[in-house]
Amino acid sequence: MSGITPGIWAARLRALTPARVGLGQTGVSQQTRDQLDFQRAHAMARDAVHARLDAAGLAKEIEGITGAAVVRMRSQAADRATYLQRPDLGRTLDAASLSELKALREPEPYDLVLVVADGLSALAVERHVLALLRTLLPKLSGWRMAPVCVVEQGRVAVGDAIGEALGAALCVVLIGERPGLSSPDSLGAYITWQPRPGRTDADRNCISNIRTEGLSYRQAAAQLHFLLTEARRRKLTGVTLKPEMPVLGEG
Amino acid sequence: MIFAHAIGSTRYTFDSLRTLLARATPLRSGDVLAGVAAGSAEERVAAQFALADAPLAHFLEEQIVAYEEDEVTRLIMDTHDATAFAPVRSLTVGELRDWLLSDEATPERLAALAPGLTPEMAAAVCKLMRVQDLIAAAAKIRVVTHFRTTVGLPGRLSARLQPNHPTDDARGIAAAMLDGLLLGSGDAVIGINPAGDNVAATVRLLELIDALRHRFHIPAQSCVLAHVTTQLAALEAGAPVDLIFQSIAGTEAANRSFGVNLALLQEAYDAGRALRRGAVCADGSVGTNIMYFETGQGSALSANAHHGVDQQTLEVRAYAVARRFEPMLVNTVVGFIGPEYLYDGKQIARAGLEDHFCGKLLGLPMGCDVCYTNHAEADQDDMDTLLTLLGTAGVNYIMGVPGADDVMLNYQSTSFHDALYVRKVLGLRPAPEFEAWLKGDEFGRLKLEARTPERLLPA
Repeated sequence: MSGITPGIWAARLRALTPARVGLGQTGVSQQTRDQLDFQRAHAMARDAVHARLDAAGLAKEIEGITGAAVVRMRSQAADRATYLQRPDLGRTLDAASLSELKALREPEPYDLVLVVADGLSALAVERHVLALLRTLLPKLSGWRMAPVCVVEQGRVAVGDAIGEALGAALCVVLIGERPGLSSPDSLGAYITWQPRPGRTDADRNCISNIRTEGLSYRQAAAQLHFLLTEARRRKLTGVTLKPEMPVLGEG
Repeated sequence: MIFAHAIGSTRYTFDSLRTLLARATPLRSGDVLAGVAAGSAEERVAAQFALADAPLAHFLEEQIVAYEEDEVTRLIMDTHDATAFAPVRSLTVGELRDWLLSDEATPERLAALAPGLTPEMAAAVCKLMRVQDLIAAAAKIRVVTHFRTTVGLPGRLSARLQPNHPTDDARGIAAAMLDGLLLGSGDAVIGINPAGDNVAATVRLLELIDALRHRFHIPAQSCVLAHVTTQLAALEAGAPVDLIFQSIAGTEAANRSFGVNLALLQEAYDAGRALRRGAVCADGSVGTNIMYFETGQGSALSANAHHGVDQQTLEVRAYAVARRFEPMLVNTVVGFIGPEYLYDGKQIARAGLEDHFCGKLLGLPMGCDVCYTNHAEADQDDMDTLLTLLGTAGVNYIMGVPGADDVMLNYQSTSFHDALYVRKVLGLRPAPEFEAWLKGDEFGRLKLEARTPERLLPA
């Protein structure tokens, strides 16, 4: 094959950044291997965006952890194409889900509702939610928990309607983040004090990049627990809640 | 004003210029999301007929965003050049399209017309144009700017070297800069999107680029694309600021959501100009274009600041903001915003060509970040198509990202290789100052020293 095959200097460049530096050339174009590497990464990201969450299977597994019934719901986005083009529908519960939720409301308010939504990567949810819950839930033993909710075709703000309907003081939405080329399975966690429709991103705190190569379950659970405790103590979340994060070693 | 057009037995009416423009816009998801799109293909083409008959002079009478409420509208109206407008003042929008594509519309006449056109006129005619029209008209318009390189000359295509890193690591950024320079990118600007928006990091990154530039006498300008106030603070701290960047949009409210207004941009422009860091370029001009703006259809709606106007018209209104400050570079980041605004490769491609044409028509040095996110229905084939079309349309510059994969912003753009491809197939060359550097001893020295990159990197 003609062209410039990168030498040792390219390997040295690549050691310095996750960017695709030091690629060779054939003519002026990329070589076959590099092009296929890119296509593979894009294919994984595309599959993650379009993967259908196995909501029934996930709910059963979560019930195994919590010992309590999980509520399954849908947003108003009927399918993935609608979901991608109409973020407003992905933030809104369908009518059946909403009325089912209202029936679960209890006289004494819940401290916290955990919401799991597919978001833009069902892969992230399927890979990381159960392990994260196993690490997080023991830390929340003193909290009055609402039933865990699993939402299909949901966006972050769908947690606002859920939190309001259940009368929960805090809502955590665990959701698949927009896949990057090198991160098809990144999970995010969004915390909102007194969730209700109309809340914006400025009202929330976010922990992002929860995945094997990113933030570990242990780190994520510790940060979540810390933020939740602070949010409950100060009765707020969002840009005004900027607590010092605990520094954690890996282990 | 009421606009109307009948198709068969159905008479379609449009109660305002704003509604007419929205209904006449070729289909895109963002206008559907905003609730302003035509309800059917037939309504859309009826609106296009009605728009074709609308007199250009009417655009000076009816505002789509109220003059009293919006400083962008005031800027557009208060700076409109009636003398430049005179040659087309009796035309309708449809007649303007015919004129733009005719041999009457020479490069000189098109350049003279720019200050006489409002963004809404440019947006309107664009809605009546097919892809080949957008290319044919834009290809006649050259907008040339100078700093240390000359960008936008006929037969030239420049690239922004975009060496981003997820944590702003200096060694990682330097590695990507070396890689891009070796592959001939960087003649538009070496521009870093910082992961964190703070003054210390901005100063550090500007110094990093400047050190490399001095070491190899590279004819290039730098930019760290932090918020304009962060760049101003870096400038006051003595950082080597070449171009000053800001994202802008087409309404006062959308700009407010970006934390900017016209007065702040004027302040940045004045501060940057006062540094006089531009060089004498190949044609003897001194480089005085110091602003760099990015835009993109959908930004106003995402800030809930769209006033019921379609996203393409709002995009062109952002160009009115840009042209106030004689920018070195303006590019639409066309596919970055996501599928709720531009759903797929077809919508992204048309939008990129619309933005390029409208920007050039208003006299702006338009580039394009040919790009997409992973949740859009698009892939690298779509990027190749748009890149090639923009090359034929005479785009001033594109992005150069290592392997087209931006590992900080998590989207896909065009690679250093892509820039070389489009130069090769269309016979385009880099900016003259940069081209000379690529053939000279300093580039040879860079190539040699890059074999041991760790020695070039900051300690």
